[in-house]
Amino acid sequence: MTLIGWIQIALFCAVILVLTKPLGGYMTRVFNGERTLLSPVLRPVEAGIYWLSGVDAKREQHWLSYTVGMLLLQVVGLVFLYSLLRLQDVLPLNPQGQSAVASDLAFNTAVSFVTNTNWQNYGGESTLSYFSQMLGLTVQNFLSAATGIALAVALIRGFARSSMRTLGNFWVDLTRVTLYVLLPIAVVFTLLLIWQGMPQTLGAYVDASTLEGAKQSIAVGPVASQVAIKMLGTNGGGFFNANAAHPFENPTALSNFVQMLSIFTIGAALTNVFGRMVGNPRQGWAILAVMGVLFVAGVAITYWAEASGTTTLQALGLSGGNMEGKETRFGIVASALFAVITTAASCGAVNAMHDSFTALGGMIPLINMQLGEIIVGGVGAGLYGMLVFVVLAIFVAGLMVGRTPEYVGKKIEAREVKMAMLAILVLPLMYLGWTAVAVVLPSAVASMANAGPHGFSEVLYAFTSATGNNGSAFGGLTGNTFFYNLTLALSMLVGRFFMIVPAMAMAGSLVEKKSIAASSGTLPTTGGLFVGLVIGVILIIGGLTFFPALALGPIVEHLAMISGNLF
Amino acid sequence: MLNQLRPAIVVFVVLAAITGLAYPLAMTGIGGAIFPAQAAGSLIEKDGKVIGSSLMGQEFKGDTYFHGRPSATTGTDPQDATKTVPQPYNAVNSMGSNLGPTSKAPSDRIEEDAEKLKAENPSMPVPVELVTTSASGLDPHISPEAALFQLPRVAKARGLPEDRVRALVSANTEGRLLGLLGEPRVNVLALNLALDAAK
Repeated sequence: MTLIGWIQIALFCAVILVLTKPLGGYMTRVFNGERTLLSPVLRPVEAGIYWLSGVDAKREQHWLSYTVGMLLLQVVGLVFLYSLLRLQDVLPLNPQGQSAVASDLAFNTAVSFVTNTNWQNYGGESTLSYFSQMLGLTVQNFLSAATGIALAVALIRGFARSSMRTLGNFWVDLTRVTLYVLLPIAVVFTLLLIWQGMPQTLGAYVDASTLEGAKQSIAVGPVASQVAIKMLGTNGGGFFNANAAHPFENPTALSNFVQMLSIFTIGAALTNVFGRMVGNPRQGWAILAVMGVLFVAGVAITYWAEASGTTTLQALGLSGGNMEGKETRFGIVASALFAVITTAASCGAVNAMHDSFTALGGMIPLINMQLGEIIVGGVGAGLYGMLVFVVLAIFVAGLMVGRTPEYVGKKIEAREVKMAMLAILVLPLMYLGWTAVAVVLPSAVASMANAGPHGFSEVLYAFTSATGNNGSAFGGLTGNTFFYNLTLALSMLVGRFFMIVPAMAMAGSLVEKKSIAASSGTLPTTGGLFVGLVIGVILIIGGLTFFPALALGPIVEHLAMISGNLF
Repeated sequence: MLNQLRPAIVVFVVLAAITGLAYPLAMTGIGGAIFPAQAAGSLIEKDGKVIGSSLMGQEFKGDTYFHGRPSATTGTDPQDATKTVPQPYNAVNSMGSNLGPTSKAPSDRIEEDAEKLKAENPSMPVPVELVTTSASGLDPHISPEAALFQLPRVAKARGLPEDRVRALVSANTEGRLLGLLGEPRVNVLALNLALDAAK
């Protein structure tokens, strides 16, 4: 670990903190339907969409119809993307002549992008046409992100409104987020990425003859426009197989820094939106503080583990840390930082191969995902995931002092706690359950690339990542098999929608409650005590759920490594 | 529920047209106009022929060139299309080794490579990135130390004074952005082109 490394980490945190408030303010205006700088250009487009689709922008929806609308959009997106992948061989913009995607892989990929997971069982440059990348993946990058943000805003309204029945209009929230928030930032971001060296062309792959006279075919494509929204929307599905480690998908230190920022910016700003909408910005900062503490702890451990290197490297006297699966231009610190960011948020883009991380360095990404990706988290998903934990923490605190728990003026009662528990319990059921199935199926075991505990970690990581809608991988696992394509797709669907529906039900029940003023008996939810309480609840619930599985994977692997056992 | 079917389809179609066609095509047009070289892939031409991309690593094996990092990319066996064989720096199939810290395979490979490098230049410690595969298998860079490590070999093979080669290495060394971000690095292809030009 070096001083310059820590300065890079500190700089990252500082820029996120600086961006949180102004972006939170802008997004609040967008969700409230107020006029913004971009309104003169975008208002007519927005009005046109409502007119064409027959949406009455002034009519708000009950939680159930908000949720049904959201689910219908997912079905349309899924059918469209699946068809597109199956038909890409006869569709335009396919200069490499990629063939139609096989049915199980197309299903897995369609689910993966609709659920904002972006798990890659496909290799971008070797499987997909430019048309599929643009009209298939890029569209879902926008819409799945916009869906997550819309849902988070609906839940925020549940807390913020008093004695009402409606949570807003899904179609309006979706359209506004896409047009006013995601699209403008993506345009500026794309140009910056192209400037840094990211290709943006519809031309075919380039054939080069190298200095030593060999042939090298170089994959290019409309990369920058897809990558900008991939990061901003915490999607993470790469244009190329190697994702953000590929020199075209992340050419420079600057492109890397901005990509890291873009993963966290909107998620962090949503905590500010929450604070503003419930009428006390400090409520938002308290939530961001919970996220910040867990984040910095994770970065410190991963950075330390990767900088220490492996016993093999240490025995040979090779200093400089564990550079296996890392790029020279990023080095140890930017790779470790990126890994923690991408799994804390549900992004899943990688600029280094997590499979080659040290046991403890790779365990932190795994833990980040198993906690439910609430450390800033996916755009929208992170906030509603965190609010679920907050409800639980408040409930535990209420039990301790024997009072009905309250949060931002709303009484937390049986229905909210039941919904919170449902959302929290479904995740481990998927990732632990399927991991257990996979490790006893010989055909599934055959997909592991590494022997010993690391192979187990690969499988656990895959199902954790799919359930958490993250999408990063211990990439050695051969996931493109019938078993994994199907079970991972199922994990992604359950992980996304069994989180969303209970959260929306909670929003529906909260919005009908009357907001009550804080009294002397109310637990203040803006101070250090509250922050500590939420962190405690997250770690206890998380720890009890997945510690046994971690003991079989990364923990035993670390012990094997320091005692010199190789597999 | 049916009353939401129309918005589901129409909103999807319109937003798909905006985000999936208008946006990427506009970006392709604007990006290509403002930054034509980068948008096309930062290609390097020599005598009218493309010899590579300044961002893309390529394989160097001869003693007269600086070598990049080990690459774990694979490709289809030219003899047998059903088989996959190692093809370093295959720029249409990026990947890392994905081997973990307790895996025997990389450990053996690293030990073997480190022995070879020690024999090549016993005067300096072996730089770690010369024995570890990169994440993409296409890493265009090595650290300045890794370039200096190879310097005696290259200078000898080319019959150039070491100081002359050292000057080329430092001329091709990029520092951290603003002294803060990223790691110091040397672009292997750029350095080798400079070497060829120095003849």
